[in-house]
Amino acid sequence: MWEKFVAESTRATREIVTDAAQFLPHLLEMLIIVVLGWLIAYVLRAILRSILRLTKFDRFSEHTGASRLLNQAALPSSSELLSRLVFWVAWLGFILLGVGVLGIVGLQQHISNFFGFLPRLFTALFVFFFGFLAASFFSRAALLAAVNADLPSPRLISSTIRTLLIILTISMAFEELELAEHTVLVAFALIFGSLMLGLALAFGLGGQDLARRYLERRFGRARKEEREDELSPL
Amino acid sequence: MAEESILTDDFLRELMNVGEVDILVGMPTYNDAATVGQVVQAVRAGLIKYFPRQRAVIINADGGSKDATPELVRAASISDLRQPSGLTALRTLHSISTQYPHGGENGQALRLLLAAADLLRAGACVVVSADSVNIEAEWLDRLLRPITNGSADLVTPLYHRHRFDGLLVRNLLYPMIRAMYGKRVREPYPSEFAFSGRLGSYLLGQDIWSEDGGNSGAEICITISALAGNFQVAESFLGSRGRIEHGPADLVHAMRQTVGVSFWLLDPTFPAWSATTGSQPVPSSGGGPQVTLEPLRINRKRLHQMFQVGVAELEPVLKSILAPPTLAELQKEAAAPQETFRYPDDLWVRTVYEFAASYHKSVISRDHIIQALAPLYRGRAYTFLVENIDATGEQTENKVEDLCLTFERLKPYLLEMWDGRK
Repeated sequence: MWEKFVAESTRATREIVTDAAQFLPHLLEMLIIVVLGWLIAYVLRAILRSILRLTKFDRFSEHTGASRLLNQAALPSSSELLSRLVFWVAWLGFILLGVGVLGIVGLQQHISNFFGFLPRLFTALFVFFFGFLAASFFSRAALLAAVNADLPSPRLISSTIRTLLIILTISMAFEELELAEHTVLVAFALIFGSLMLGLALAFGLGGQDLARRYLERRFGRARKEEREDELSPL
Repeated sequence: MAEESILTDDFLRELMNVGEVDILVGMPTYNDAATVGQVVQAVRAGLIKYFPRQRAVIINADGGSKDATPELVRAASISDLRQPSGLTALRTLHSISTQYPHGGENGQALRLLLAAADLLRAGACVVVSADSVNIEAEWLDRLLRPITNGSADLVTPLYHRHRFDGLLVRNLLYPMIRAMYGKRVREPYPSEFAFSGRLGSYLLGQDIWSEDGGNSGAEICITISALAGNFQVAESFLGSRGRIEHGPADLVHAMRQTVGVSFWLLDPTFPAWSATTGSQPVPSSGGGPQVTLEPLRINRKRLHQMFQVGVAELEPVLKSILAPPTLAELQKEAAAPQETFRYPDDLWVRTVYEFAASYHKSVISRDHIIQALAPLYRGRAYTFLVENIDATGEQTENKVEDLCLTFERLKPYLLEMWDGRK
């Protein structure tokens, strides 16, 4: 009995030692990949940061209004954010490569899924970033145009345009990620449709005078007193 | 030559038939059928009366008129040369009509005229506005004489204007350009002006004919380039400045063409304006600018309201353009009731300089910066109207002079913001 127990224990210990001896090089390999990955990701971040500084990316970001959005969300500057994103994506990629070396059954499929997902993630981030920039730019353009055209509620017009563009951007980004595609599409159609219907009703029922004034002005039948202040600026 | 590419083959052939000339008269047109015939007659009369021995050509650059303007120019050009005074031309007076793209924008037309003047080796060129209703034969003499006698490279006009006409010129363009380049040019955005062949060739080689600059605000580009290039500038009094009303004045468009272009030119001309202090008058003939005082009905309340709404609604935009103390002061002024509201010189000048610095740094889209200035200009225009409602012509001129001196005094403030010290 005792001899059998000792034999089993010895065999088990030998197997553990053998497994450990087989596993340890893989672990070491993984650690090397992770450390090397960190170094490569760090260098990539430094290179990207320098390129973005040289190309004055932050100024472009300020120009388009993205910096203000990032400030409001308490996020770092656009160049810093992009550099960090590249660092983390690169390092995460190396970590997953390292984990793959361990040969854990079932993990390989998840890793290849992750790498397959990366292009879509980048596209979605791209859509998201430029969508927000476009929303900021066009809402500001609408605000300025509405103020200079003396339209009522310029901020309402501006924020409506911003909201619509952000909704459109989010729906496009989610569609790219293939996350809740139908839900987002239906939600977008509902919000957009109801907003347009609401605006049409509001303008048709409540804005008759505004519509008449606009059409009169547009087609040159403005009253004399409305043109009185049109001094030639030049 | 690069400039030849903007001249069509047919136009080049016509220019070659003309040969070298002494005087080139340029006339950009776009739907000016109502006035163009009268302008051509005045130009021809002026050439025959004052420059009978010079070889001259009239070039009409049309932007694609739909009211038969080029046909009217041709008809006026082939009419009898004999004038009521009995004078006849001693040389053949050529007349050419051509078309340019970008209908309505003068920049392409002026560039085409400069290229033609360069090709024909014209010693003196004059540009006349086709929608002028007061043009007289004498205008050609007054504009061209300082060029032909070699005393000036650019001659800008002085007009007889209503005191409330051209408020953007009096409150921003004239004072700012004077403070920047040190020369007192009263009409930096001239409709009629003359220039030497030397200046024409220089302008043609300048990098100002882009979408941002010479395409939409070529006249101001020409004035500023001449000032920054140290060319001799002079002024000639022409008389009343009458124009056909084509429609309601679009303030934002006017600001893009003038304020936008002068802000844009601050970058390439930085070495010239940063070293200039004070200002000097330019030689003028025929008397100084004159103002008329007829009563005018102006809706001041609307101007004030649009200023107030602009300051309130554009707060997020103004925050990214103006310094916090300037914005706070502006908001305080905007909160005042209409009766007591004033936009003081000092605050207006700081506002303009901060807008210019923000334009230079592109803190937001440059076009948005110009659009954001429009409501503030309305506040300044309101103040100018109220302060001068009962003023004499001389008092109005004194107010403009005070504003110019404030622009000159605060120029170091712009320089500090320009290089980021503020």
